[in-house]
Amino acid sequence: MSPLAILNGRLVDPAGGLTDGGLLIANRQIAAIGAFDVPADAERIDAGGALIAPGLVDMGVFAIDIPAFVAGGITRAALMPDQSPPLDDAALVQRAAAAGKPNVWIHPVAAATRGLAGTELAEIGLMKAAGACAVATGRSWIADSGVMHRLLAYASALDLLVISNAEDGGLADGAVMTEGETATRLGLPAAPAVAEAIAVARDLALAEETGARLHFRKLSTARAFDLVRAAKRRGVRVTCGVDPAHLFLSDIAVGPFLTFARLSPPLRAEEDRRATVAAVADGTVDVLCSAHDPQGPEAKRLPFADAAPGMAGAATLLTLTLGLVRDGVIDLPRLFALLSANPAQLLGLPGGGLVIGGEADVILVDPDAPWRIDADTLPGAAGNTPFDGLPVQGKVLKTIKGGQPLG
Amino acid sequence: MPDIASRPRATPEGVHPFPHRHLTGIQGLQPWEILFLLDEAEQWIALNRGSANARHDNRLAGLTQINAFFENSTRTLLSFEIAGKRLGADVVNMAVAQSSVKKGETLIDTAVTLNAMHADVIVIRHEASGAVDLIADKVDCPVLNAGDGRHEHPTQALLDALTIRRRKGRIEGLTVAICGDVLHSRVARSNILSLTALNAEVRVVGPPTLIPAAIERMGVSVHTDFDEGIAGADVVMMLRLQRERMAGAYVPSPREYHALYGLTAERLKRAAADALVMHPGPMNRGVEIDSAVADDPERSAITEQVEMGVAVRMACLDVLTRKRRGVEGWA
Repeated sequence: MSPLAILNGRLVDPAGGLTDGGLLIANRQIAAIGAFDVPADAERIDAGGALIAPGLVDMGVFAIDIPAFVAGGITRAALMPDQSPPLDDAALVQRAAAAGKPNVWIHPVAAATRGLAGTELAEIGLMKAAGACAVATGRSWIADSGVMHRLLAYASALDLLVISNAEDGGLADGAVMTEGETATRLGLPAAPAVAEAIAVARDLALAEETGARLHFRKLSTARAFDLVRAAKRRGVRVTCGVDPAHLFLSDIAVGPFLTFARLSPPLRAEEDRRATVAAVADGTVDVLCSAHDPQGPEAKRLPFADAAPGMAGAATLLTLTLGLVRDGVIDLPRLFALLSANPAQLLGLPGGGLVIGGEADVILVDPDAPWRIDADTLPGAAGNTPFDGLPVQGKVLKTIKGGQPLG
Repeated sequence: MPDIASRPRATPEGVHPFPHRHLTGIQGLQPWEILFLLDEAEQWIALNRGSANARHDNRLAGLTQINAFFENSTRTLLSFEIAGKRLGADVVNMAVAQSSVKKGETLIDTAVTLNAMHADVIVIRHEASGAVDLIADKVDCPVLNAGDGRHEHPTQALLDALTIRRRKGRIEGLTVAICGDVLHSRVARSNILSLTALNAEVRVVGPPTLIPAAIERMGVSVHTDFDEGIAGADVVMMLRLQRERMAGAYVPSPREYHALYGLTAERLKRAAADALVMHPGPMNRGVEIDSAVADDPERSAITEQVEMGVAVRMACLDVLTRKRRGVEGWA
């Protein structure tokens, strides 16, 4: 394979800054950054001033949806264990790990408990050996604090990150929305927003007790961020993620029963949405993830409470979060720290940055290109996005995985 | 909507009295549109009270009305059936067992099926909030919501408003206490919307476990003390508390519920001297309401509510089908 020279771009280094220049890729690795002599046999790509950034590492997707990943600039995706059957066995983990190659690499997350039932520990050690990059409670919460305690202690010995879904099961049982005016007007079962903070508080206490590495996949309430902020100050090994829906939408987006806005956790009140943005700005949030969960009409063209939760988010993750840069919440290098470097580091994966000798997982991005999100034409398995119809800016021009342009 | 009180009561000049294709809820109706439906209903009260061979009108002759009830109902189904038949429609009831058609594409498929049969008006009840809106989007004919989950039950709110207006002479300025299981009640939601739109002062009264969050944002005051909540009220509207919710889930027991939130003759003395007692039925006598109150002809409007129900539904069926019937000014 001949070397690939990407020229005339703006390099976004999550660890550093923003510089004009190019990138040389050889043998699937980054061979040179900035200004370099282009080898005679190199293939050339003129970036035309576009951003050259590390490929996104999406921390927690529910489906292997390569077209959506490629369109969204995602070069590695951590696959949640909520599959059919759940990823609670080494053989299943091994199979999932091979599913995306050679294009987008899929990194399975092991189920913490057998069948994700929340009662018996799954064979976490064997699954780690089979390629699991972390262990997760899945979409659900482990109600039994004893099980959660043992899980954190056990995973800690294996140095595996535990990814928790922070929603108190008792409060959230049967709820499809956050308590508030919208849920009340629509007559939909709702749980108080504090269901999240209660779960966070318990898991934080147990993580502190066991010394385990704990990551909250998606947080969305002011109280939960306050708890994480304080725990980080105490030195607890905790990190957390957020997704674009909870950054840009509040529960009024459910409007007249729009099932594309049925999410888990449910959309929150406007104050919590603002707190989510503030938590990104002040560094409390470590990861931006898509929570990609494509659902077809059979799961979404239903009465609101009967519809499946989740949204297709991979293809729009970068586009939407570029809005944080335009709004002055964070700068571009920080954005790619949240999208690429941090998740790679937390999951122990290569890539996520622009370093010589590193994996050539690179994307070209026009941060200003205008387009309109359209559920019917969104790349991927399904177009269930609550952002349907929204005019946006920023488009992935090219996704390069291991030096190989995709799509 | 704080500005609703300042909107006109009478249909403004040049505005169509009822420009809606469906009636899926009180939400979205203007005050004058609500009053228009009440005014339309008045004529049917007289007709319904007439002699046996005069209780008939033919304006819906040849039209097919399908009552698609996905949730069990006796009274509402019967009321819609009688309303349709009194207007001369061919009324077909489709009682769908809850188990067979509940989920999946089936609901949409059912809507498409009904549509393919060329119904002229479809009346729907469903146990899921929003289900009627979902179906209304998929059919060509007018859809009438006969109750969807905890969301809305517009004809109940209309018949309640009509009952109040006839007994009290007005709605504006009255104090209405809606008492009991507000959380699970579509009747409460639709009534809050219509009564606040018509400038009544609305209170919701009940145990905190049965009051939905942020309900005050709908323009009502919240009272967890029953005596305080009904004090001086002109109308005491009781809601049904389902049996399965009395046994520890939301309230400790029927006995305790009755002690704290049951309407007794003694309690009613706290309301206005001429307070009207209402209940959408079916009643749990001895739980949320005592028989002495429910059966007191001076105070109770409960049977009148049932009577107004038929008239209001006739009015809704008539108004919603005017476009199809080519009525002048509606086509």
